[in-house]
Amino acid sequence: MSHANAEVVHGDNYINHSKGIKSWLLTLDHKRIGIMYLFTTLTMFLIGGIFALGIRLELFSPGMQFLKPDQYNRFFTYHGAIMVFMVIIPLIPAAIGNFVLPMMIGAKDVAFPRWNLFSYYVYITGIVVAVSTLFLKGVDTGWTFYTPYSIRSSSSATLVLLGAFIMGFSSILTGLNFIVTIHKLRAPGLTWDRLPLFLWAIYATSVIQILATPVLAITLLLALLERVLGIGIFDPKLGGDPVLFQHFFWFYSHPAVYIMILPAMGVISEVLPVFSRKPIFGYKMIAAATFGIALVSFLVWGHHLFVSGQSAFANFVFSLLTMFVAIPTGVKVFGWLGTLYKGSLRFNTPLLYAFGFLFVFTIGGLTGVMLATISVDVHLTDTYFVIAHFHYVMVGGSILAFLAGLHYWFPKFSGKMYSEGPAKVGAWFVMIGFNVTFFPQFILGVLGMPRRYADYLPQFTTLNRISTFGSWLLAIGFVTTAINLIYALKKGAKAGDNPWGALTLEWQTASPPPMENFNYDPVVKEDPYDYRGAKALMGSNV
Amino acid sequence: MAHVPAAEHHHAHHFSSGVEEFDACKQGVWIFLVTEVLFFSGLFLAYAVLRVFHPEMMHKAHKLLDWRLGGLNTLILIFSSLTMALSVSAAQRGDNKKVIRYLWVTFVCAFGFLIVKFFEYRHKFLEGMLPGAHYTYPHLTEKTAGLFFTCYFVMTGIHGIHVIVGMGLIYWLIRRAKHGEFGPNYFTPVEATGLYWHFVDLVWIYLFPLLYLVS
Repeated sequence: MSHANAEVVHGDNYINHSKGIKSWLLTLDHKRIGIMYLFTTLTMFLIGGIFALGIRLELFSPGMQFLKPDQYNRFFTYHGAIMVFMVIIPLIPAAIGNFVLPMMIGAKDVAFPRWNLFSYYVYITGIVVAVSTLFLKGVDTGWTFYTPYSIRSSSSATLVLLGAFIMGFSSILTGLNFIVTIHKLRAPGLTWDRLPLFLWAIYATSVIQILATPVLAITLLLALLERVLGIGIFDPKLGGDPVLFQHFFWFYSHPAVYIMILPAMGVISEVLPVFSRKPIFGYKMIAAATFGIALVSFLVWGHHLFVSGQSAFANFVFSLLTMFVAIPTGVKVFGWLGTLYKGSLRFNTPLLYAFGFLFVFTIGGLTGVMLATISVDVHLTDTYFVIAHFHYVMVGGSILAFLAGLHYWFPKFSGKMYSEGPAKVGAWFVMIGFNVTFFPQFILGVLGMPRRYADYLPQFTTLNRISTFGSWLLAIGFVTTAINLIYALKKGAKAGDNPWGALTLEWQTASPPPMENFNYDPVVKEDPYDYRGAKALMGSNV
Repeated sequence: MAHVPAAEHHHAHHFSSGVEEFDACKQGVWIFLVTEVLFFSGLFLAYAVLRVFHPEMMHKAHKLLDWRLGGLNTLILIFSSLTMALSVSAAQRGDNKKVIRYLWVTFVCAFGFLIVKFFEYRHKFLEGMLPGAHYTYPHLTEKTAGLFFTCYFVMTGIHGIHVIVGMGLIYWLIRRAKHGEFGPNYFTPVEATGLYWHFVDLVWIYLFPLLYLVS
């Protein structure tokens, strides 16, 4: 992108503009709100991760070691509910998206800054309501809240349902805000066919958020009313239907998988061109594939109900539609590979994570096609194969891409540069640890180990031990990364405004950015990935 | 909040003009209404599923509702939509007196709707026509009849909450209008509330036949 009159002024920025905790908590600035989201989601990630380590520790040996069975049920429920609703869904859109989106389009803020802050507090309220149950009777329903158990469970399921219901509104408001922002506040010259792919991804994600989340809201509300008042809608004794809950739930929660993965794909689409110094391969196809995935995501929820008494015909249709997801996904993967081909690769940490994403996410995607095949799925339903599959997509996809994005935009967020050495060590621990943790779970699943049990048969011991060992490697990786970034915040060298030599707008201003993002009115004259020109060589730190 | 007369209204710093701000707000409201449609669609789907499962029960149970009261409320809401539209158009013309007058009429209509609803609910409660397990009405002993009243109370209840929120918004508009905050160059809140109010009416126009006129 060209910025003829770009005069970047340093000094006053969004961090030092005003001081004190109040100036953060009441801020309307999208950058500060993004940072608050980042801090909150990462805190929840730590809590959810501790539950995960607890699960793996208990599964180190057959029999019960550290936890009682009902404690184990609470551990996997909290792990799932926290990671899905409080971490991965808001992680990239609300944290990175909030910070980067207005800057990428050359705007001063999102369209509705007050609603943006409000949505953050809605999210916090939801967390407080849901997590308060840790100090009450806990919750043991699994993050899916399947009826009839979630209606009868003597745990504090009511509050967790309420918390998830509240958090949904935060997601809706964020999505709404982003859509209007992208429509109305783009800089002159930033036409739709020049919109960075990260924003196409956020846009598609926002569409899913506003269309699917309200359905989750009504579902959780009905489940709440069922639990508190006994309205009978999911209760077969009164003529209701528990499977109806599953349909409702997955009508949201399957698209929610794409709320988690589309922004991750968007991050990858930004990182790959910058670190291979080449235009993205197939810009239009990748943008179209993003919407293809978003569209199909609404038509595949039934593949969660293959063994729930759905008709054979419906199973067939959902199986077929699910396989369609592989087509736009494949388009993207080949687009990314085409971008790398003959590029001048620079193996900084973001690219390392992007490679990890390509490798791991592809495994996650392909095992998804296996699970979409009904005859295979009937065998693998509710086994560790399913666990491994969606962790390959959610952790291997979303979290790795998030880490790529976090390292990529860290200099912009903070104005500081992290040190590559420890960052790469952390990345290798994360990626190796991840595969050591979850690959054995594919095998365990095929061998028939069921999910959600606190105990297992002795023949599964070795593979479970490998998996638990992997979870420790994974933890070392995350801790190394966290320490490295915190150290960089305090003592890191100055990063410069555009250390990667990237061409998108957020890099054409100071790091950290000034309060109104730009000291000039940005005008866009070129494509966001045009790395062939002289400008492409200007990266200083790469 | 300080009251800013319409003539002095300034758009927020991140918009380039008042028109851009208005467009963004209007688009935001429309998208919000889309989420509302999806929210209610869950209820309509649940209603449809239960009706397929229990067609006879739904038919018998709907006769326990008084279609005349439902019809009266339908007329009240349609009339209130008209007055709401008139207040928006008055705001665009800068006729502040009429803005306030039509908003009050809309507000009173909404209140009237709730009064009628209150008497309907009271009657159902006293007769034991209650949701799910709480259903005790002796003259219709279908085992699943409680489910009809689940639909009835959840759907009209959530709609009723929307009416109450609408009344709050209309009252807020009246207070701002009294300070002369709306005029030809700034009427976004009136327009936005208007769109919301029409949506609330529209939901009722679907609820009325589905609940009161089952055949």
